[in-house]
Amino acid sequence: MKIIVPVKRVVDYNVKVRVKSDGSGIETAGVKMSMNPFDEIAVEEAVRLKEKGVATEIIAVSMGVAQCAETIRTALAMGADRGILVESDADLQPLAVAKLLKAIVDQEQPQLVILGKQAIDDDMSATGQMLAALLGWAQGTFASKINIEGDTATVTREVDGGLETVDLKLPAIVTTDLRLNEPRYASLPNIMKARKKPIANMKPADLGVDVTPRLTVIKVSEPPKRKAGQKVGSVAELVSKLRTEAKVI
Amino acid sequence: MQTYKAPLRDMRFVLHELHDSAALTHLKGLEDVSPELMDSILEEAAKLAEEVLLPTNAVGDEIGCVLENGVVRTPKGFKEAYDTFRTGGWTSLASDPAYGGQGLPESLNKLVEEMICSANLAFSLYPGLTHGAYQAIASHASDELKDRYLPKMVDGTWSGTMCLTEAHCGTDLGMLRTRAVPQTDGSYLVSGSKIFISAGEHDLTENIIHLVLARLPDAPKGTRGISLFLVPKFIPSADGRPGPRNGVVCTALEHKMGIKGSATCQLLFEDATGWLVGEPNKGLATMFTMMNSERLSVGIQGLGAAETSYQSAVAYARDRIQGRSLSGAKSADKAADPIIVHPDVRRMLLTIRAYTEGCRALGGWVARELDEMERSNDPDARKRAEDFTALMTPVVKALFTDLGFEATNIGMQVYGGHGYIRDHGMEQLVRDARISMIYEGTNGIQALDLVGRKLPQGAGRMLRTFFHPVSEFIEKNSAHPVLGEMVKGFSKAFGALQLATGQVASAGMADPEEAGAAATEYLRLFGLVALGFMWARSAVIAVEKLAKPDADAPFYKAKLTTARFYMERILPQVGGLLVAIKAGKGAMMEMDEAAF
Repeated sequence: MKIIVPVKRVVDYNVKVRVKSDGSGIETAGVKMSMNPFDEIAVEEAVRLKEKGVATEIIAVSMGVAQCAETIRTALAMGADRGILVESDADLQPLAVAKLLKAIVDQEQPQLVILGKQAIDDDMSATGQMLAALLGWAQGTFASKINIEGDTATVTREVDGGLETVDLKLPAIVTTDLRLNEPRYASLPNIMKARKKPIANMKPADLGVDVTPRLTVIKVSEPPKRKAGQKVGSVAELVSKLRTEAKVI
Repeated sequence: MQTYKAPLRDMRFVLHELHDSAALTHLKGLEDVSPELMDSILEEAAKLAEEVLLPTNAVGDEIGCVLENGVVRTPKGFKEAYDTFRTGGWTSLASDPAYGGQGLPESLNKLVEEMICSANLAFSLYPGLTHGAYQAIASHASDELKDRYLPKMVDGTWSGTMCLTEAHCGTDLGMLRTRAVPQTDGSYLVSGSKIFISAGEHDLTENIIHLVLARLPDAPKGTRGISLFLVPKFIPSADGRPGPRNGVVCTALEHKMGIKGSATCQLLFEDATGWLVGEPNKGLATMFTMMNSERLSVGIQGLGAAETSYQSAVAYARDRIQGRSLSGAKSADKAADPIIVHPDVRRMLLTIRAYTEGCRALGGWVARELDEMERSNDPDARKRAEDFTALMTPVVKALFTDLGFEATNIGMQVYGGHGYIRDHGMEQLVRDARISMIYEGTNGIQALDLVGRKLPQGAGRMLRTFFHPVSEFIEKNSAHPVLGEMVKGFSKAFGALQLATGQVASAGMADPEEAGAAATEYLRLFGLVALGFMWARSAVIAVEKLAKPDADAPFYKAKLTTARFYMERILPQVGGLLVAIKAGKGAMMEMDEAAF
């Protein structure tokens, strides 16, 4: 079974992001970039499925600037077999990414696409669902457990207020939640081997997809600064302030 | 709690920008080692250091190692951390691919070592000693021994030790008493007791391979009668698995000031089976073949501890509010300003930073030359690199560990009383760093090595490998449009080094005690000028980068400012050192011994 894992290059989760002075977006120049943590979980799950003998090949796909190849290398070092880079300097929005992925899925014919449930840069949580719709495949989003038996994927989903288990008929789309697994550290020999694994390079036009943005960003701004707290002298004063000032009770 | 994130940006600067890593691909065996590959290795090593090793540092210090019924238990978490480290292949980084190694250059290896030392200095001893033993075996042992032992030492399932010291002899190994008696099957029975053996006994690996210095029955007295033996804890059976227990036991753990997670053992060998490594009576030379690399590694321990101290001190200085800035309140909305506003706190932080970044740059240069020495296709280049690394070895060992210890001390000072109590881990760094000035040849011995052996070699041939590039740099940059003044200051310090060198050479030639009296100050002077060279070169690169719009402008600006701090506030110390060197041995040798 072939698995595709899309991996996104995002600002590293340790970096404190800053809004550009003109409010057009966030500052990414000179900022450390890494693989989206949810995508790391997706790669890890695919590698575990391969180690169990369920999957036979894992393809890591990334889209965006040329440096996305480094994100693919990270996936290859974790255990993916080969990579596909769709190179574009355009602002790639979820629908465009989903369409590009559909074109790749049509070529590669995987049984499973495992995506992060969202990317930590814009938190859209849209690409997996859109891809499922475009392909007409079943989807199991926010997965905390995946089990493959025959042509069925049993996925435990983290939903509001509990867990929901769904059976998906393969081929299917799964998006990963935080608790699905703990990604491994890439081993040194695998980092070295990753350099020799192939990465195919293509452009959106090669896949026949128009990636022109459809969403317009009006303004990006910092959240309002947290106001200083107040000390209250008594429980009665606290209750009164909660009632009259905070208006929460 | 200690703060540590691997200083990847500065490491990339040292590796790629200062020492041109791209040219490494011209060296034997490094054809495929691209800067991108090295970056991805550094990044993954950083994760391991920060997420796996650092969390075991404070707890390792608190619990330490325990000896029970001859078995040593390492602190909680060490075994798990070691297994993650080993299964990730990190023990194999710089080893020969013929034995399962990754064959990566020292230029990269020393940076990874720094991260490990920053995250957990005590832990670093276990893989560090194994690699040292690996190198001695790989260079001198028979093929049979190599094939039997090296693959498992490279993959980290077995570890190694270096058993030199005995109770009555450390620096002067000529006095050692451990004996080895030849057997008819070609093996030897080794008997004697050793002390201060790092990683001598522990629970991290399934076997421990001791390299033991001992005397053959007919050996001449002194250092020319010492041979090196390989003595495994368990004698491997024919299938390569650990077999019968050999006659070596841990009789005690040393109680020590720091690196408490490292098992420092007293070992008793009683008719333990061993095999000769290298030639009989050439044991010292055999063991010290890899000394240049080993001593640089110990220097890097000082640097590693200093880096963690720096980062922790910066975090505290930003966070701790106390008093007001001397130029008026900086955080008016708060009850006080963070202490980082104060000149004296900045003096402390910048001093550490000037040390760590300077040492990283200099260590990177020496590591780079180690690569040239081992892998260049050009015999002249190999010889020159050998001279350079031999010259710089005592300098980097002593300078990095002296400055590293001083840095951890300063870092503790930034914390005030909170540094002295144990909760923040600052005093641990001081205690851990302290040993590096002592072992692998005390810093006093390093200074004697520099003035007694390295300076006179081939009428200053070794010295020229450092002096020539410095002179060339000064000539090229003395009229630098931005840095002219800085280069002038550096040139003056270099002048002081030349004067001191002349003084030590001439006075030392006539009277060796004069050289001995000047040795420590001379080494410090040499080291400060070497760091000055690195800072001046770094500044030149920073100015070039800042001339164009660059996303990394804040990095280069900070580089330039730190270079300026080093040149203005630290390098001028060479003046005082020169005065002390010129004073000669007078006062210290005139003092009546009874008056001490």
